[in-house]
Amino acid sequence: MKKLLTGNEAIARGAWEAGVVVCTAYPGTPSTQITEHAAEYDEMYAEWSPNEKVALEVGSGAAIAGGRAMVAMKHVGVNVAADPLFTLAYTGINGGLLLVAADDPGMHSSQNEQDSRHFGRAAKIPILEPADSQEAKDFTKLAFGLSESFDTPVMLRVTTRIAHAQTVVELADRQEVGLKKYEKNATKYVMIPAYARRRHVIVEARLDQLQEYSETASLNRIEWNDTKIGVITSGVTYQYVKETMKDASILKLGMTFPLPRKLIAEFAEQVDKLYVIEELEPFIEDYIKSWGIEVHGKDTFSVIGEILPETILERMGMPPAKNIDNSEVATALPTRPPVLCPGCPHRGLFYVLSKLKTTVAGDIGCYTLGSLAPLNAMDTTICMGASIGNAIGMEKARGKEFARNLVAVIGDSTFIHSGITGLIDVVYNKATTTTIILDNRTTGMTGHQENPTTGFTLKGEPIKELNLELLVKAVGVERVVVVDPFDLDKLEKVLKEEMAAEEPSVIITRRICALIDKVSDKTPFIVSQAACSGCMRCMKLACPCIIKEGKKVRINTAQCVGCGLCVTVCPSEAIKKEGGANV
Amino acid sequence: MSDITNILIVGVGGQGTILASKVLAGVVQKKGYEVKIAEIHGMSQRGGSVFTQVRYGKNIASPTIPHGEADILLAFEKLEALRWLSYLKQNGIILVNDQRIDPMPVIMGAAEYPSDAMDVIKSKLQDVSVIDGVSEATKAGNIKTVNMVLLGSLSKVLGFEEEVWIEVMKETIPPKFLDVNIKAFQAGRN
Ligand SMILES: Cc1ncc(C[n+]2csc(CCOP(=O)(O)OP(=O)(O)O)c2C)c(N)n1
Ligand code: SF4
Ligand code: SF4
Repeated sequence: MKKLLTGNEAIARGAWEAGVVVCTAYPGTPSTQITEHAAEYDEMYAEWSPNEKVALEVGSGAAIAGGRAMVAMKHVGVNVAADPLFTLAYTGINGGLLLVAADDPGMHSSQNEQDSRHFGRAAKIPILEPADSQEAKDFTKLAFGLSESFDTPVMLRVTTRIAHAQTVVELADRQEVGLKKYEKNATKYVMIPAYARRRHVIVEARLDQLQEYSETASLNRIEWNDTKIGVITSGVTYQYVKETMKDASILKLGMTFPLPRKLIAEFAEQVDKLYVIEELEPFIEDYIKSWGIEVHGKDTFSVIGEILPETILERMGMPPAKNIDNSEVATALPTRPPVLCPGCPHRGLFYVLSKLKTTVAGDIGCYTLGSLAPLNAMDTTICMGASIGNAIGMEKARGKEFARNLVAVIGDSTFIHSGITGLIDVVYNKATTTTIILDNRTTGMTGHQENPTTGFTLKGEPIKELNLELLVKAVGVERVVVVDPFDLDKLEKVLKEEMAAEEPSVIITRRICALIDKVSDKTPFIVSQAACSGCMRCMKLACPCIIKEGKKVRINTAQCVGCGLCVTVCPSEAIKKEGGANV
Repeated sequence: MSDITNILIVGVGGQGTILASKVLAGVVQKKGYEVKIAEIHGMSQRGGSVFTQVRYGKNIASPTIPHGEADILLAFEKLEALRWLSYLKQNGIILVNDQRIDPMPVIMGAAEYPSDAMDVIKSKLQDVSVIDGVSEATKAGNIKTVNMVLLGSLSKVLGFEEEVWIEVMKETIPPKFLDVNIKAFQAGRN
């Protein structure tokens, strides 16, 4: 049977067909749906782990115990999981272990543009790169065989355009491979120096064998055409090359580490001019250059951003398509940045922080949108969990006084992911940081996944929810306050008190994400034009439903979710529920 | 048209472009075409600019539509229509929803909405269909079915039988919302 699948769905399907028993992940665009789909198959256990490191540890535990396991994460997740990853290459596996790393060239939804292939190489594990959903499924299955025959974790590297593009896939049945025998084997799995030294030798020998394998593997193939130009490429870029350079010969690499050196040399030999077209880093290109082969790549293409079909036309000096020219208007068009949703619980907090001109060490989640105009209420955003450490460092550098109008803001999921260790540092090293945990009862940014604080697992089973108040008290924070971020007066009062206190404090702002709130009255509000004084105070909330019209404001009732935050800030009592009295 | 038909669907997060593209993909598959779709999920869902690229036909390589090769631009919003116009090929077709959704910079007064958007579009293209999606959807019974009104208009251009579209809608849309969606689709088609 054939089906149109995203790359992510295809990977989940591939894992299922390959007989995988354990799937773990921490969400992150563009990888999130891999594990959401994996959870739909009853035969596979699937979990949201608290972070990527735990995900890989659970996955590798499953693999060592003899089951096939898949672990998925976005590119920056691999940074978090790097510690176990590097040593797993030494121990090897038992049941197959696949790490899916999803890169985001162009940063559609990421804080940087790192190339995961560097990680695969540094960890010394093979890397496969599919070029569409069919290959995403096929390579996933193949990876488990490869993993088991070479006794190594394997990386499947995808990019946003593979993960989120839908192409047709031929489905197959699940092959139950069962569990491999589990035997205690300390010299293989206990990496004390004496054993690790022996294992390192095996890692290097394995790389040679993998290199040998890549020379003849069907993963790498040449498509001969005119030999004036030869292009070496991988992933979705292969499709773009096919689309735009119809005459070129192509060496399509499905395995980009270790590279098939002989095959590449042979291909280079046959073509007049050799190009490597690859997104992000010159990964393939640098190897080829190091072998003394003349090649073009990043002299023609950028390491920044995506390579699209039109990029290839432009950089290779081919004529662009004859399009509608809108250049004279395009540059002047207003941008459309994402905004906090109507009714977003985070809006109340950022409104107050903006008002108090507080220095905000920020973090990553929906709430990062509080950094944009007109709220402008965030000073830093580096990586998940960084807010608390950043706030401590600011205080240590500039003194306690600076901490009197300074907070760290961090979402519930992010706090569990990697904020808790920062909070321990606050207490341990006597900082006076005020940490605000934005508890909106979900992992919002990535599409509303469950997490330990929400009371449900990935498979939807109810569990005992993590108690944030008790957790922060347990690490030694004595000042802990819970407030509704829409109670602006109380929030402001609490904020001032806690920032003033010269000791660690935690404020938990608790209100459900507007997109998952099923109980509140969603009747929209309207502005009485007679009562509106035009003070524009409500405009400071940055609610996309409040629109300035002449000297007054109006509410877009099609979008308003009736949260009532604007009512709180209106000094003229001009905002009322639609259909209510006094309109 | 060549072997491949390229349809670019653009709009604002929350307008339902994804469901529209899902139904479209189902229809062209039922008609036996190869299809590839490119979409970006993530930040864009929070009221940002969104797009879906649907390609169907034979021997499709790239999942994205090469710049300047879209045959049809289905725009759910006027500013977005203007923004993505350059993806259309020179004799391309545009179907544009006559709706204005102000982005944050406009709401704040930091930028101006191009109030002449429709005129600019008409000055550049011969084949312009303007659709009043909001009124049609409201008449059909739910303002949230603007996406189906627009899909209805698109269905006229593409020319597959109405039954196929309805069949796919039945397979894709929950029964509770099906009737109003079909009504909206038919309003757009007629
Ligand atoms: C290491 C890493 N993993 C995953 C992500 C993707 N990501 C960004 S924010 C976020 C979670 C945000 O959830 P939460 O902290 O609860 O805030 P909310 O979005 O709900 O406001 C995730 C998973 C990332 N940026 N970095
Ligand atoms: S998804 Fe929820 S948390 Fe995220 S911006 Fe929207 S309302 Fe706020
Ligand atoms: S207009 Fe007011 S009530 Fe409606 S969503 Fe915005 S802040 Fe909430």
